[in-house]
Amino acid sequence: MLPAILPTGLLKYGFRKKYPAFRYIPPAKELKSHYDVVIIGGGGHALATAYYLARNHGITDVCVLERGYLAGGNTARNTAIIRSNYLTPEGVKFYEESLRLYRDLSQDLDFNILYSERGHFTLAHTDAAMRTSRWRAEVNKHLGVNSELIYPDEIARLCPSLNMSDDVRYPILGALYHPPGSIARHDAVAWGYAARASQMGVEIHQQTGVTGLVIEGGKVKGVETTRGRIGAGQVLQAVAGMTSVVAKMAGFRLPIRTIPLQACVSVPLKPFLDQIIVSGSLHVYVSQSSRGELVMGGSTDPYGLYSTRSTLDFKEGLLGHMLELLPMLGEVKILRQWAGMADMTPDFSPIMGLTPVENYYIDSGWGTWGFKATPVCGKTMAYTIANNAPHELIKPFSHERFLTYTQVGEKGAASVGH
Amino acid sequence: MKVMNCPLNGPRNISEFVWGGEVKLMPDEAKTSDRDWADYVFLENNTAGIVREWWCHMPTSYWFIAERNTITDEILKTYPASEIFKSRVDFAGAEP
Repeated sequence: MLPAILPTGLLKYGFRKKYPAFRYIPPAKELKSHYDVVIIGGGGHALATAYYLARNHGITDVCVLERGYLAGGNTARNTAIIRSNYLTPEGVKFYEESLRLYRDLSQDLDFNILYSERGHFTLAHTDAAMRTSRWRAEVNKHLGVNSELIYPDEIARLCPSLNMSDDVRYPILGALYHPPGSIARHDAVAWGYAARASQMGVEIHQQTGVTGLVIEGGKVKGVETTRGRIGAGQVLQAVAGMTSVVAKMAGFRLPIRTIPLQACVSVPLKPFLDQIIVSGSLHVYVSQSSRGELVMGGSTDPYGLYSTRSTLDFKEGLLGHMLELLPMLGEVKILRQWAGMADMTPDFSPIMGLTPVENYYIDSGWGTWGFKATPVCGKTMAYTIANNAPHELIKPFSHERFLTYTQVGEKGAASVGH
Repeated sequence: MKVMNCPLNGPRNISEFVWGGEVKLMPDEAKTSDRDWADYVFLENNTAGIVREWWCHMPTSYWFIAERNTITDEILKTYPASEIFKSRVDFAGAEP
């Protein structure tokens, strides 16, 4: 039945062509025959690189090619945690720059990424974990990162909802406390970069898969796509999960294994958990999103797979430990589950920079630590492409480090990927 | 739970097994350059498709070979390593 007073004015306004809905990202055009820079992959890292190429280096003839939809891969499948309390000086400096960029990102992009500083607690349940926490705290403080080792009395005061009882399988002995630890809306990060990059002239083409590379005399000349061949001056691959498959097109192998990483969220609850709680020993991380859902993740799957299926084994393992930390969640239901394909490297650091193919660059090895690095990856990869030389911050992450035995061991700081 | 067929113990839950990575032929360490050794140790084919891998049944410490599809998560075949490795590798003899 129609309401007594039909708001015809409002209806007319709504259907009028004069006020079209605002689109952040313009509709796709035809592909051009050549671009200065082609970026394979349309996730956060790719879009950030496109943005910084245009903003910092004035390179706007850039094309982003995404096989599926924008930011639908690991950018959409992480648990949105941002922190810089790593173990090696190389790692700490790199992630600290990312955190610094994240802090101003909403202003920078004029796009609200819902950046929320929560405080990050890496719980320690063993003497070995206490030792690593102390080690990390000292390295962090030395490099100006706010990070310290705290003990059960302090943890109980800061996280009143945590179960601090000794009557559990793994009692909490201490924690590495990192006050700047944050969460952000992962989609907004990608959309913000995409919107601003396309305003500066970057073209974003979704539903456009790359099927091959055109390489002549050791130099990349273009890419074959599902919509035909396009020429390119420089090409970047930023395709977490599919890294080895795309690198094979370029003719080189990497020390990467593709392993699924699963996560899930609970039904929305009233806000009760301010902090980000992580336990490397229990393979758990949890935070409460601004929607009230508990975002929970665990360790990577026990074997490699190119698939984003979910398993019951994973949830049983994760939630068993979760109940030890937060026993009051016993009756809470799971709302959604998903998985991403993670590029695991032997030393738990990324692989970035130049490659054996000239003018071909790589941003990969983003195992379980990629989302937090989105801005700094964009900035440093844009620099690397613009100067054809690796940015100072990513020099230690060259693929060559494995062949020269100079790995950057971050296993002790990767929360749960082991 | 997913079940894997152990050539020694028969069908077992996948949680009893540990993944050992792709089967590669080990170069002679006495004659290999550091760079080639690093290639052998670190670089992976990481194939999307059918792969041949080392797996271990943990309770019995039994290493064997499995062929599986890394896209569909199907285990196609499992068999003892002796089907591929016909002769014993003598690690002790390779000291420089």
